[in-house]
Amino acid sequence: MTQITDRKTWLGLLARAPQGRIAALLTGVGTIPQATDLRRPEAGSVMVQGRAGATGNAFNLGEMTVTRCSVQLPCGAVGHGYVQGRSQSDARAAALVDGLLQTDLADLVRAAVTVPLAAEAASRQQARAAKAAATRVEFFTLVRGED
Amino acid sequence: MDNAALQGGFIDPARDAARAFRAGMEAMACPGTIQTLNGCVAPAPMSVAAATLLATLCDAETPLHLAGTCDTDMVRDWVRFHLGAPLVGRSDAMFAVGDWDALSPLDAYAVGTPDYPDRSATLIVEVVALTNEGATLTGPGIAQTAKLSLPGGLLAARVVRYPLGIDFYFTCGDRIAALPRTTKGAH
Repeated sequence: MTQITDRKTWLGLLARAPQGRIAALLTGVGTIPQATDLRRPEAGSVMVQGRAGATGNAFNLGEMTVTRCSVQLPCGAVGHGYVQGRSQSDARAAALVDGLLQTDLADLVRAAVTVPLAAEAASRQQARAAKAAATRVEFFTLVRGED
Repeated sequence: MDNAALQGGFIDPARDAARAFRAGMEAMACPGTIQTLNGCVAPAPMSVAAATLLATLCDAETPLHLAGTCDTDMVRDWVRFHLGAPLVGRSDAMFAVGDWDALSPLDAYAVGTPDYPDRSATLIVEVVALTNEGATLTGPGIAQTAKLSLPGGLLAARVVRYPLGIDFYFTCGDRIAALPRTTKGAH
């Protein structure tokens, strides 16, 4: 499994987490410092771009709803959360986790939140891949024995 | 990014922005009246009223020009985090903020086109004092006459090719007044 130590990876995991999952995992951390809101949770839409075959020119795939939030912890660390959907509590929880991962509590939060999230994301992906693999069709040609 | 650049947004964005918009609109509708406008705090030297007005009117689709002493790294970071407005030069700006010496001359700002006179720049002029004395103003929104302290040379420099022109806000602390292009002024 990838080591969840860079911010890009953990922000990606938090953004894709199922609704309510981050807050549920966060209860396992224990006492969390009180965070102040820099930007209260707000919903908006972003344009998602795609690339054909992951290499072609970027095209606009479609808009999706995103909720974002920014918080500041008492120690000064600033956390930003962007999550899919319009759940304000999820956006705040994601921002809180992002902030905590920059503090002394990082190891604790990593073990309680991001590692389980990564495992769940991997199993979701595997389940999807297995489902797709089950529908795979093998084409073959019978030797007709004419030659 | 520094701490002050991240703080100072609206506490309750929907209600605070509605109140701020009302104050900005009243100021523009009744030129010469001084309104109170607060809710946002930007890094120095930007005033509370200018910061609140920007937070109310600007977003990612309104190019903003920071002039003179307002053009600091801290203010740029604040704009990037709270507004997301692109920072541009004078000719592309829909809004410009700074003191009068930094904003003038006015030649480069957009004054709109005959078909779209609204495509003009709005200048937010930071002034050291804002009082109801000085230039005499007449025009729509003013019953008889109004008086407002204007920066020296502003009335002469103003482009008035109605309906083309530039609209002005004047900010000082948490107070704001306006001078739309329809208002005639005399010393």
